[in-house]
Amino acid sequence: MTVVHSNLENVEAKMSARDVSVFYGDKKAIDEVSIDIPTEYVTAFIGPSGCGKSTFLRTLNRMNDTIPSARVEGAIELDGQDIYRSGMDVVQLRARVGMVFQKPNPFPKSIYENIAYGPKIHGLAEGKDELDAIVEKSLKRAGLWEEVKDRLQDSGTALSGGQQQRLCIARAIAVDPEVILMDEPCSALDPIATAKIEELIAELNGRYAIVIVTHSMQQAARVSQRTAFFHLGKMVEYGRTSDIFTNPLEQRTQDYITGRYG
Amino acid sequence: MTERIAPTRTPAFEARLKKRYAAERRFRALGLGAILFSVAVLVFLLGTMVLNGIGGFQRVELEIPIDLSEAGIAADPAAMQQTGAVQALEAQGLRDVVQFYAQQELGEEAASELGGQAWRDVAAAIIADPSILHEKATFSLPASADLASGYEGEGSPEMQALAQRLYAEGRIAKNFDPGFLSRSDATNPQQVGIWGALKGSMLTMLVTLLLAFPIGVLAALYLEEYAPKNRWTDMIELSINNLAAVPSIIFGLLGLAVFLTLFPNLRSAPVIGGMTLALMTMPVIVIAGRNAIKAVPPSIRDGALAVGASPVQVVFHHVLPLALPGILTGTIIGMARALGETAPLLMIGMRAFVATPPDGFTSPATVLPMQIFLWSDEIDRGFVERTSAAIIVLLLFLLVMNGLAIYLRNKFEKTW
Repeated sequence: MTVVHSNLENVEAKMSARDVSVFYGDKKAIDEVSIDIPTEYVTAFIGPSGCGKSTFLRTLNRMNDTIPSARVEGAIELDGQDIYRSGMDVVQLRARVGMVFQKPNPFPKSIYENIAYGPKIHGLAEGKDELDAIVEKSLKRAGLWEEVKDRLQDSGTALSGGQQQRLCIARAIAVDPEVILMDEPCSALDPIATAKIEELIAELNGRYAIVIVTHSMQQAARVSQRTAFFHLGKMVEYGRTSDIFTNPLEQRTQDYITGRYG
Repeated sequence: MTERIAPTRTPAFEARLKKRYAAERRFRALGLGAILFSVAVLVFLLGTMVLNGIGGFQRVELEIPIDLSEAGIAADPAAMQQTGAVQALEAQGLRDVVQFYAQQELGEEAASELGGQAWRDVAAAIIADPSILHEKATFSLPASADLASGYEGEGSPEMQALAQRLYAEGRIAKNFDPGFLSRSDATNPQQVGIWGALKGSMLTMLVTLLLAFPIGVLAALYLEEYAPKNRWTDMIELSINNLAAVPSIIFGLLGLAVFLTLFPNLRSAPVIGGMTLALMTMPVIVIAGRNAIKAVPPSIRDGALAVGASPVQVVFHHVLPLALPGILTGTIIGMARALGETAPLLMIGMRAFVATPPDGFTSPATVLPMQIFLWSDEIDRGFVERTSAAIIVLLLFLLVMNGLAIYLRNKFEKTW
């Protein structure tokens, strides 16, 4: 099964998955994955296309619930509580575990409204001033404030691709989540925009537990401290990023990171 | 060494290229032809309607000077503002006064061809301005239907001769008739108006919209966003698609069998007409609505769910606003069809002769297409022009309704 490196420090786990399997109808997309997501680090999921890393990511805030045929077995805990237990509030879960998608998907509303939407529906702000403050703080954290502060009422969809993705990150930050899931956040962006997002991830590291799915091994090496390698629905190997890339224990990991398939 | 000729530079290739361009030119010419043909048909249709219909907004009137100061009719200005003022004037013999001056000015023969309801126009003038009771004024009063056709060069020779004599004396003229827009149906084409049918159409459309739009939109939202995809929802979808294709008269029978059985007192009422037409319009809105909702990118739903919006918030904050332009397009199509419907309303009694405009949703009424149908059936020649005029009113109503919907659609239209 999964090879977990033995030299991992014993750090606090924000989320932990135990023997999680995901089915689409009869097809098993994820096979008994167990992993701890540390609070203080960026965790990267790497692996070839179709290996299930995005599917697994989406189980962490129950976004798979929207797919009627999807079924999850096993347990995923957030701060020690199973998020699939009956009585778990999905709305609250998603406010605590935010998500950024592969393709930037700002709402077709103003930049301001994009950020303010989450705090508004959760009632996080008392009055306009407080909401303004949340919008400003979120945009600043996402490194977008200087670029958009004079045109907050412009449409969010009029921004460039990289700005849109940072807007989506700001939108996720605005509800003050504990975990941020990023599903290949740079795959639709050019290298300069990618570099900005990676800088941003480095800055957010420590404040939020971050899980990033990526196709780019270089990106995983640059931004993460923990890496999990997925292949054919199984988690093959999990360890410190530096160890996975320089000293993998499994042959399949070795083959993937040296570019023999992917 | 032989020179290599690229395959894209051979004569055969160039010949094929020419054929490809020719095909494109043919296609464009055909498309343009189709557009021009449609425009020509439209211009012909509208042109004919307008040319015929202009006469419908006019009527033949006799010029009669009446000295009301000598008629001895008293009118208290305060009483004139109350209902029953017309009856009060009638009781004082206004009808005879008008007839007397007509005989005096035009002669016996012409006076008998004054429209039977002509005195009501005088009464209306007095009510509008009681001070004319102290003056001598010239009134333009409607001629009888027979004299009107004589004026048009039709009808009996005596009437034509009479019309010619009055014309020579300057006593008869065809004038713009603003009353056409404020009166209701009558047996005399000189006295008819469109207001009753127009108001009936407005009330009926309002009921249709208020029922079909919310029910249709909610049904579309539920089917797209909430309903599980199984055999039952497939059956419902199939039924809705079939419902949209059912001939309209069958909806009329349904209205007759169901609504009029439940509410037998509401025969001919706009509320029943609106309910019947709503049955017909709803499937159109559901189908258009579902397509519009399907076209909303799933990434928008994901984005909203990921910040913790509940499914209802996703639907009402994001999906519905983005789908609204498409839903409104479907609503325009459905409402335009409902506005032009006659067949289902025949079944529920909206073809009755209704001489007063409906006061509400439950009083007897008719609608514009039904009024057109009824007038086109009349023998009297005067109705031909009135029918065209009614068609113009119907088309204008349609234009206003669609214009409003298109304005709303453009207002909500957004790019993503």
